[in-house]
Amino acid sequence: MLADTANLHTFVEAFRFIGDNPGFLATKALEQVELSGAAIGVALLVAMPLGITLGHLHRGSGVAIAASIFGRALPSLVLIAAFLTVLGIGFWNNMVALAVLGSGPLLTNSFDGVDGVDGDAVDAARGMGMTGLQILRKIELPLALPLLFTGIRVATVTVVATAPIAAIAGGGGLGDIIVNQASYRLSGVLGASFCVMALSALVFLALFALQAAVTPRGLRRTRVLIDQPRKELL
Amino acid sequence: MQGDHTFCPDWVRQHWGDTLGPALVQHIELTAIAIAIGFALSFTLALLAHRFRWLEQPIGVISAVIYTIPSIALFLLLVPFTGITRTTVEIALVGYTLVILVPNFVAGLRSAPADVLEAARGMGLTGRQIFMRVELPLAVPAIVGGLRIAVVSTITIATIAAFLLPQGLGYPIFLALKDPTPFKTEIYSAGALAVALALVCDALLVGLRRALIPWARQT
Repeated sequence: MLADTANLHTFVEAFRFIGDNPGFLATKALEQVELSGAAIGVALLVAMPLGITLGHLHRGSGVAIAASIFGRALPSLVLIAAFLTVLGIGFWNNMVALAVLGSGPLLTNSFDGVDGVDGDAVDAARGMGMTGLQILRKIELPLALPLLFTGIRVATVTVVATAPIAAIAGGGGLGDIIVNQASYRLSGVLGASFCVMALSALVFLALFALQAAVTPRGLRRTRVLIDQPRKELL
Repeated sequence: MQGDHTFCPDWVRQHWGDTLGPALVQHIELTAIAIAIGFALSFTLALLAHRFRWLEQPIGVISAVIYTIPSIALFLLLVPFTGITRTTVEIALVGYTLVILVPNFVAGLRSAPADVLEAARGMGLTGRQIFMRVELPLAVPAIVGGLRIAVVSTITIATIAAFLLPQGLGYPIFLALKDPTPFKTEIYSAGALAVALALVCDALLVGLRRALIPWARQT
């Protein structure tokens, strides 16, 4: 729990903390990026192929729905704490917990994206003699790209923003400062919080720009507002 | 009992009264307050955005910005203003519900097809009647859909609130994690309660939608 008495001057001190410790904060931020990157990598390798395959086969909508409901309902704190009891303290428990956290939106969105591709387009492709794999590669994946990317964006922002909680379970990163007010005082905690926010915002913007860049021109009608990342984000 | 390897039902029974029960009640309180305020604010904002279209863009941008703020950072950010209080937690929780609810409500109010609105106008309905009898009922799926996400998210974010306040289902988990060999039963039982609470609320809202618009195709 926090003990310092806080006032507006704390904000000034928070920025002074950032100014005084740029190298230290960068190291911590890098730790957080490593942990998040590993978790997203694992989630991408596991959840996305699974969602795409199920979507291509139009099977397992129950799995996708369950993933979306449970994915939202599992608090990150609970996941991290639960994996800590299984895998012990350190990198792995956090990595696995964050990977599970990111898998929900990835699985749901890639399933929805591929499963929801216009059946007429797929029929036309089949009529032209395309094989299942060709249909997947040339028709379904390009048309599903916006949703695939939404999944990636939501999963990434969720994981990056949740990573600071991982410090409670030995995950390192900027969270180390946030959970250690005894050493860094409220100003340090707030400074680290600003860095966490900046990092999340940076990742969010980068992915948004990337999504705009890779979306096929024909699909650039923006309907962005409804897709909600889960937010208990740390 | 520390450092055990299995789940201990006796602990749950003994500590329901002094730990789990109160934490569950606090969790429900934190969530209910945030959703009630969030719903009222979001509905107002959505009505404004529905009437004044130019407001939609700024509301969308502000929402997106708030959403990228990690909850622990937002809780801490508010401490210099509102201290270590329930108010701080509620402001953050309400902020996140706005981000989820407003776009959903606006989309819902927009979901009435143009020819339906025209037909309503042709039948002589006034603007207010069109809103109450056409736009609002057609918006129910989007409104309940937004509420489902908001309620479930608020329940999960509220676990993080324990970082600030000794309240809610996150608190027993934080306490357990402070121990070098965390007491598993405490983590599992509080965690399971949080997940169960989220799932039950989600199911209740699905039931609410069914009751409100029994004619709609259920998914």
